Amino acid sequence: MSTSMKRLGKWVSLVSKRGLSTSCIQKDVSENGVKSLNLYSAINQALHIALDTDPRAYVFGEDVGFGGVFRCTTGLADRFGKNRVFNTPLCEQGIVGFGIGLAAMGNRAIAEIQFADYIFPAFDQIVNEAAKFRYRSGNQFNCGGLTIRTPYGAVGHGGHYHSQSPEAFFCHVPGIKVVIPRSPKEAKGLLLSCIRDPNPIVFFEPKWLYRLAVEEVPEDDYMTPLSEAEVIRQGCDITLVGWGAQLSIMEQACLDAEKEGISCELIDLKTLIPWDKETVEASVKKTGRLLISHEAPVTGGFGAEISASILERCFSRLEAPVARVCGLDTPFPLVFEPFYMPTKNKKVCKFGCCNEGCNSTWLTAGGTRATSNRS
Amino acid sequence: MISLVCSYKNNRSRSLVQNKVSLLLGIGGSRSTTTPPPLINHHRFRYSSSQPFVASSTRYESSKAQAQLEDFQQHDDQVIDFPGGKVAFTSEMRFISDTSHKRVPCYRVLDDDGELMTHTNHVQVSKELAVRMYSEMVTLQTMDSIFYEVQRQGRISFYLTSMGEEAVNIASAAALSSDDIILPQYREPGVLLWRGFTLQQIAHQCFGNTNDLGKGRQMPIHYGSNKHNYFTVSSPIATQLPQAVGAAYSLKMDGKNACAVTFCGDGATSEGDFHAGMNFAAVMEAPVIFIIRNNGWAISTPVEDQFRSDGIVVKGQAYGIWSIRVDGNDALAVYSAVHTAREIAIKEQRPVLIEALSYRVGHHSTSDDSTKYRPIDEIEYWKMERSPVNRFKRWVERNGWWSDKDELELRSSVRKQLMHAIQVAEKAQKPPLEDLFTDVYYQLSSNLEEQEKLLRKAIEKHPKDYPSDVPL
Repeated sequence: MSTSMKRLGKWVSLVSKRGLSTSCIQKDVSENGVKSLNLYSAINQALHIALDTDPRAYVFGEDVGFGGVFRCTTGLADRFGKNRVFNTPLCEQGIVGFGIGLAAMGNRAIAEIQFADYIFPAFDQIVNEAAKFRYRSGNQFNCGGLTIRTPYGAVGHGGHYHSQSPEAFFCHVPGIKVVIPRSPKEAKGLLLSCIRDPNPIVFFEPKWLYRLAVEEVPEDDYMTPLSEAEVIRQGCDITLVGWGAQLSIMEQACLDAEKEGISCELIDLKTLIPWDKETVEASVKKTGRLLISHEAPVTGGFGAEISASILERCFSRLEAPVARVCGLDTPFPLVFEPFYMPTKNKKVCKFGCCNEGCNSTWLTAGGTRATSNRS
Repeated sequence: MISLVCSYKNNRSRSLVQNKVSLLLGIGGSRSTTTPPPLINHHRFRYSSSQPFVASSTRYESSKAQAQLEDFQQHDDQVIDFPGGKVAFTSEMRFISDTSHKRVPCYRVLDDDGELMTHTNHVQVSKELAVRMYSEMVTLQTMDSIFYEVQRQGRISFYLTSMGEEAVNIASAAALSSDDIILPQYREPGVLLWRGFTLQQIAHQCFGNTNDLGKGRQMPIHYGSNKHNYFTVSSPIATQLPQAVGAAYSLKMDGKNACAVTFCGDGATSEGDFHAGMNFAAVMEAPVIFIIRNNGWAISTPVEDQFRSDGIVVKGQAYGIWSIRVDGNDALAVYSAVHTAREIAIKEQRPVLIEALSYRVGHHSTSDDSTKYRPIDEIEYWKMERSPVNRFKRWVERNGWWSDKDELELRSSVRKQLMHAIQVAEKAQKPPLEDLFTDVYYQLSSNLEEQEKLLRKAIEKHPKDYPSDVPL
């Protein structure tokens, strides 16, 4: 536990100072092959490694040639040439369709969709083509080399079209994987796994963390396994499950709860499909309570799927209904973003341990914590 | 004068070459069909005209809009140095009109009677090749009529014929190399037949049995074969077009002597993916050939309800892609155009658009009755008078390469093969239950493992709820 706390501590503390700053916090110190990197730099490092280790890897998308609007592709075109790192026309269905064809010829096609909000023109190519490519051909063809990178989520000032979290749409599609990292170190390891995984993958990058989250990132080539959730904080009263940018908010909620004597277990799901039910199940069987958070609107979000699955598996062990603290069922608003978001205190209120005004009985439902049946 | 054909930025040499070849290929020229078509050295391009197209004194009449463009009073000495290239000024405010009154002519080699047109130039076809092309066209035709009946008898769930488009199918396949990657729509099974996919394999797919390479997962006619470089058919329209550009880009990067070839119909050109494919191909300079079968009908939608342009051929220019309109019912013209397009695509590393004018003689599919929306006379006319198979046959016969005896033998042999293939496919076992779950991912995921276990338990309890012919 202490090591995981330590590991998480640094980027959490930086993220908690969240504002509109775009300053790049990056130490240029390398100690024992570990470097302090922000999230976009970690992504950039992963892309450098991916292109360096596989001559059949390509990076393309809108504006990637000069380094990308979020700087994730910086230096790639200079190092690997314009044949392997190139701009495409402004056409998402074209980017993904092109990527499928490229991947189907045995290449690693790393496509960038500039914002997840703009991925929908490519929805048909992802859902009807990429996801079914292997299945429909009886495994004669596949586009497993395709990885679609796309920044998602709130950024403080993004309004409707630069803030959305559309992951749930893609979690309804057998044949693709959906992966979301929480931090720079995770981003690098998971992205490399995605690029090298033999299945098409949509990789959502939490754009708010691009510059804000800084973490010690190993400089070498490493991969973080897919479909394996990680317990990043152990506890015995409540299980919290989330992904991406929500993890740091959840971590803060855990710290607040701890002051009140509530012990939270925090799980980063990392891969949304196919997801690691077992890790969540084991945790909920221990704590008896589950709280899920995502930025996407609560209705039809992936939290609903987790909730249903855990109810199926842990019904008799649950001491309270599964709770969801998520985005509101509105379009993502600009001025009202602070109201829309699943904030730390919305979670803490759910625990019933914040100041007056919160009369949540959630934590005490089904008996007191002291008498709850935990193993 | 500004270049009419070309819009490449600052690439003069290419513009000139392109203009010349455009002239040679007769794209958009004002010639009537009786004037000599352009010169093409059959296996090697010879740019015989040294006169740049734009300097020609012949007014470019094929398109009103283009004529208007030439008429613009331009100040050639004054240009806007605009991102994308220099553009001359004009002091006239004039709009370019929507359509031309003269349509882009259609390249053909054989006339309606299967006679070589006078002064025609085309890529030579040997006796051996011609006989094989004709035989495959007959095979495709026979396959379609028999499988159509088999569907009508309720033995397969669905079928879709290529009737009326046998020439586009077979002649395009014949003009390509087996290394060329095909990304089909669904009305091009002739390409697959040409490459050696057997009638037995066709039957296995249509019956969705254990020998179907697609493991019984897709409706009939969704063929695919890795061995034959023929990507598996998917039902969504035009999705294969941008994919073909990706495949072509891979061939380009690998320096392969091959191109990607993708097919679609007139209806597909209205899809966003058509635009995506064309534009990406031009920008990526990808060796890809788009063969658009303009057969007049997208299910019940006639081309008049599909677009207001002069068909599809004119769209190439707007994207910066070479294009040609060809008589899709003339096997020799299709062969020549595709053969030449392939050379352009590979040698020049650039895309080519071919619009093949044809007619969908069959219904859209077995789920459609086209007599509800188009006159039977029209269908009959195209079926009988304009049949691409009959036209090509006349030419082959006239060359003394084909006899009535050959015809009888071929038709009887194909029929026998088909009957046998259908019997075998019908008797073959269905694919095993495990094929339901495999290939969703590279490896079986844990949720699928769980679901398979649950399903097997359900089958054990209520076996009668499930088809008995699927091995468990």
